[in-house]
Amino acid sequence: MSAGVDLQNVSCDFGKFRAVDKANVSIKPGEFFSFLGPSGCGKTTILRMVSGFIDPSEGQIKIGGQDMAGIRPNKRPTALIFQNLALFPLMPVWENISFGLEVRGASKDVRRAKAEELLKLVDLHDSADKAISQLSGGQKQRVAIARALAVEPSVMLLDEPLSALDLKLRQHMRAELRAIQKRTNVTFIYITHDQGEALAMSDRVAVMSQGKIQQISTPQEIYNTPVNGFVASFVGENNIFKGKVKQVDGSKCSFETDAGAFTATLGPAVDASTIARLYVRPEYSKLQAAPAEGANSIPVTVTDISFEGNFIHVHAADKTGRHLTVETRNDGSVTLPAIGSAQYLCFEAATARVLADQGMKDPGIDE
Amino acid sequence: MSELFRRYGHTLTWTFVALTAFWLLLLVILPQLYLLEESFRLYLPLADIGGPKDVYTLANYRSAFEQPTEWKFWLPFAWKPVILPFEAPIRIQVFVHTLVYSTVTTVITLILCYPVAFYLAKVANPRNVPLLFVGLLVPMWVSEILRAFAWFIILAFKGPLNMALVNMGIIDTPIRWITGFNSVTFGLIYVYLLFMLLPIYNAIQSLDTNQIEAAKDLGASSWRTHWRVIIPHSKPGIASGCVMVFMLAAGSILVPTLLASTQSRWFTEIIQQAMFESQDWNTGSAYAFMLLVTCTVFVIGMMRVFRVKLSDIAR
Ligand SMILES: Nc1ncnc2c1ncn2[C@@H]1O[C@H](COP(=O)(O)OP(=O)(O)OP(=O)(O)O)[C@@H](O)[C@H]1O
Ligand SMILES: [Mg+2]
Repeated sequence: MSAGVDLQNVSCDFGKFRAVDKANVSIKPGEFFSFLGPSGCGKTTILRMVSGFIDPSEGQIKIGGQDMAGIRPNKRPTALIFQNLALFPLMPVWENISFGLEVRGASKDVRRAKAEELLKLVDLHDSADKAISQLSGGQKQRVAIARALAVEPSVMLLDEPLSALDLKLRQHMRAELRAIQKRTNVTFIYITHDQGEALAMSDRVAVMSQGKIQQISTPQEIYNTPVNGFVASFVGENNIFKGKVKQVDGSKCSFETDAGAFTATLGPAVDASTIARLYVRPEYSKLQAAPAEGANSIPVTVTDISFEGNFIHVHAADKTGRHLTVETRNDGSVTLPAIGSAQYLCFEAATARVLADQGMKDPGIDE
Repeated sequence: MSELFRRYGHTLTWTFVALTAFWLLLLVILPQLYLLEESFRLYLPLADIGGPKDVYTLANYRSAFEQPTEWKFWLPFAWKPVILPFEAPIRIQVFVHTLVYSTVTTVITLILCYPVAFYLAKVANPRNVPLLFVGLLVPMWVSEILRAFAWFIILAFKGPLNMALVNMGIIDTPIRWITGFNSVTFGLIYVYLLFMLLPIYNAIQSLDTNQIEAAKDLGASSWRTHWRVIIPHSKPGIASGCVMVFMLAAGSILVPTLLASTQSRWFTEIIQQAMFESQDWNTGSAYAFMLLVTCTVFVIGMMRVFRVKLSDIAR
């Protein structure tokens, strides 16, 4: 029993400040959908509009095709997991979980049985009678999930539920959440500012910035073909060159920068008049002793090497001092250049994308 | 304690401690002990003090149980007393009335204050809250006597309240508000309102708003959200408000004196009468301790019933 969620031209104003601007999203039933964006971009606001705690200033929200205007939070088929979980500290675990059933008038036996069942689902046996304060962070997380699942919602809304956990637990809970979503087939709307989380868990991701949705796509597409500079630099690392589109040739263009002219793939809605940058991922960049044939090359000096186990990051600087990174897989036999040595950084035109600036400050640009 | 030493140094800390100890011991504990001792001794002419008649006795306490008379019991908001079918000592009647109407005052104050506290803490726009508080606090800057007396004027038979009600056509003939314990209850509620409001406000304020929203999100009605989430959380605040209002009401002397009808006597008036009119401090202190002990036992009993721990209140 899951339902789709449609946002049609949804905006939200706080006084003069527009927290969400004309959001259009269509989330399919049973989908794991994430909103990804930096702090303060309006993610929580979207979630609170879907759950009914804020009314949109304009636009329409539909759940399962039904318009939600005027329907109070306690009558919506959604369950929200709060950023701080908001478990009831004065009730034992099982009463927390069965609170939604208590509200619906279920008898104590039914409630208790359901709570035990859900505790099994979230892998928390024998905790029914514990106090909330006796639980660890990860256990609280699971109780919050169980409490939300107990009301059999058609849509689960999760507001950065893993942000308080340490790295190991967070990775474990990612897999767990994903598994629970597949098992229950409930539509999950997940909010996060952690790109790794969004990419790893979601069927589709919406990347947001300053109240606007920038791109809605599968994780692969978001990473491989970002539509603008914001998406490219918020999701993943890049070597970035500022410059101007000179000559357009089909999907390719010639892009002139202070480090020389490059051939690159033209991003959407970019032409000679747009303020644009060239983005190339460190893993598509290579270092070699001589300039590459038929690919872009710039002379650089190696400044630092950081060995990360499965990957090796080589940091380099070009003649303007721009910081560039090359990522190499460690296959056990890579030979690393010496620090201070002169090399050429090369990349293919197909992997370099010229993207529009969006008129906003991109994160991750160090100029 | 070591924190205090670190912050204020030894001299200042020991001065604080000494002053507090002086205040507690000399100005609170010793006088109380003196009165307690006096309450077990007889009120004697100066010549007999220390003589063979000066013995420890329960006579002062026993005197509260003397003079049985017909019991006219006033039910809350009644305009006429109920005549109970048995006699009771006159002072005990007053004593019971005092406890009953202190309880009534506490309950009504609670019912009035909880919604207001909730409104201030969670509903009102936080920008307006300071202004609303000023509105609540300013009347409290006026002394208790004036405020109680203002109620006496408002409630008078030919006072503004009756006049307004009659002129608006809500009632035909003026109501004798100052009857039974009505006026005293009004006065006590008004005078001690803030002692209930502030602790409840503090308690509700400390509740994470997400908890209220979580309850709503899970389908709870407003009523159930209050019952299961907000009230349990604010119980310590409610309890300390209730204890304070009850103790203040039971121990109040100004309001019952100023706003009394001919029939409503408060136990503190009996204590005052014994001490200052009869100059009989021994009996007066005996009555005072009766009131103190009974109120304390009553409060502790109520805390048991509502499962409130002392540590909750002290928070
Ligand atoms: N009730 C409110 N009144 C005024 N402004 C608000 C209100 N709630 C949120 N905002 C503003 O709206 C913007 C978006 O807030 P929101 O909570 O949706 O951000 P977010 O994306 O969830 O951020 P985070 O990742 O930090 O949780 C912020 O700039 C915030 O200051
Ligand atoms: Mg948020």
